[in-house]
Amino acid sequence: MNSLHTNRIVDQGFKYLGILATFSGLVILAVFIFNILWDGLDRIDWDFLMGLPSRSASRAGILTAWSGTAWVLGLTALIAIPLGVAAGIYLEEYGRKNRLATIVEINIANLAGVPSIIYGLLGLEIFVRVMRMGSSLLAGACTLSLLILPVIIVATREALKAVPNSLREASYGMGATKWQTIWYQVLPAASGGILTGVILALSRAIGETAPLIVIGALAYVPFVPKTPMDEFTVLPMQIFNWVSRPQHEFLVNGAAAIIILLAITFCMNGFAVYLRNRWQKRINW
Amino acid sequence: MKKSTERWIEKGLAASAFITILTTLGIIWVLFSESWSFFRHVSLIDFLTDTEWTPLFANKRYGILPLLSGTLLTTLIALATALPLGITIAVYLSEYARKDFRKSIKPALEILAAVPTVVYGFFALTVVTPFLQGFIPGLSTFNALSAGIVMGIMIIPLISSLSEDALYAVPKSLREASFGMGATRFQTSFRVVVPAASSGILVSIILAVSRAIGETMVVAIAAGQQPNLTLDPRQAVETITTYIVQVSLGDVQHGSLEYQTIFAAGITLFLFTFALNHISYRLKKRYQEQYE
Repeated sequence: MNSLHTNRIVDQGFKYLGILATFSGLVILAVFIFNILWDGLDRIDWDFLMGLPSRSASRAGILTAWSGTAWVLGLTALIAIPLGVAAGIYLEEYGRKNRLATIVEINIANLAGVPSIIYGLLGLEIFVRVMRMGSSLLAGACTLSLLILPVIIVATREALKAVPNSLREASYGMGATKWQTIWYQVLPAASGGILTGVILALSRAIGETAPLIVIGALAYVPFVPKTPMDEFTVLPMQIFNWVSRPQHEFLVNGAAAIIILLAITFCMNGFAVYLRNRWQKRINW
Repeated sequence: MKKSTERWIEKGLAASAFITILTTLGIIWVLFSESWSFFRHVSLIDFLTDTEWTPLFANKRYGILPLLSGTLLTTLIALATALPLGITIAVYLSEYARKDFRKSIKPALEILAAVPTVVYGFFALTVVTPFLQGFIPGLSTFNALSAGIVMGIMIIPLISSLSEDALYAVPKSLREASFGMGATRFQTSFRVVVPAASSGILVSIILAVSRAIGETMVVAIAAGQQPNLTLDPRQAVETITTYIVQVSLGDVQHGSLEYQTIFAAGITLFLFTFALNHISYRLKKRYQEQYE
């Protein structure tokens, strides 16, 4: 066997290794999801979805957990979307290429890499203590908003960057001001891309657990929150609480709650990917 | 529209952008001020050299080393899992795979990154640990190994996606020159393209390390909650992040030394990830300039 022959075998071998590696992660995920469905699917029924939490595993439900998640999702969207999109517009459309702009850019890149639990410490001190929000829904939503702000800003900037300058120039040519141009021309053209980024960011927010634990969200909340100042729990917190217990029945509850959480996450991600594809197809600048 | 309205709008937008600066300043202020109170009671030397971390016990010791070793151990295991797989995937997709396959498989890999981390923790505890216990004697219920492996699976897309972008950006002419010399695809990939993309690949690895250091739920669920100065992956360890979770779940009074310990732990974590992120940012800027 000469070296030429060996080289060819190595080359072919790597090709199959590559296919194997590419699918290994997905196969592991599939095994895992199958396992979860096997464990938890039987546990999901109307009583589980609409039941209040309980110390007994067989009677416990996730009503307060998913309504907390819904509240957090809504409040975070209300806070993070306007702020993130506004910041993205400023940096992309108004920002001048100076030292300050560079600092803001480096800063956003760094913020995106700060561990989520650190945002929890920030929220605990600023929102829970200094602003006296307590461990409320609002404090949780503010914390998560800061966490996903960099994601929304980057997505907004990418979407705005993709809008061709000819569109802006045509609008200016008609006598529109800068803001009119942005509001009536640029933003609608970029909306698909912005929306995709926003949905992905929100889907990340509802899967977060660590920052909410740090700001003091509770695992056991026997009521559905009525106002943003109420104490709350969310699905990931409930899952963490059940998984931390030694009894098998609670693990089954955890698996069932994971199915619900994954269903929400995958729906949001799927919708975002669908939007991205449609938006990319429709617009050929 | 009036000129003054335009100016107010611009100011409002600028204020929104300024919030990101405030966030960073807020993080630094919160971490430093609370740690400052902590270090008035505990000397920095004890913090860095004491080999025990027992702030919640009667005999209090404040050595960060057991938490650091736990963090390091799980991160290394995660990297040992994700690096070979991630790089292989990146090289395969960039150099071997057909374009349409590449395009359709990338979003599929992103699914791995979209799954909430608490779910991965469940996976590590209920699937991976029992599986590994079948052939690793002495593996405890909570251990660094399965938490690290699962964290590794979680960060595969981070390494594969960023590395693949770096590989793909290498100019075609380099590959053609190599093929012209009679090299196989494998030789071209690993002796020409990978070295040419090395700084981009390095960026992906650094970001993955930073992500693994800051990861919380997987280790909090599957790696245990005992500070343990060990590099034995079969044992339970506590990471910095797990400690913060452990204290937060309890009932700790604001202003107490226990309360301040989570900020001292937090600032240690922050400094590590900040340094890593900044290095990767600098590297990225540099190699982008090289090609453009």
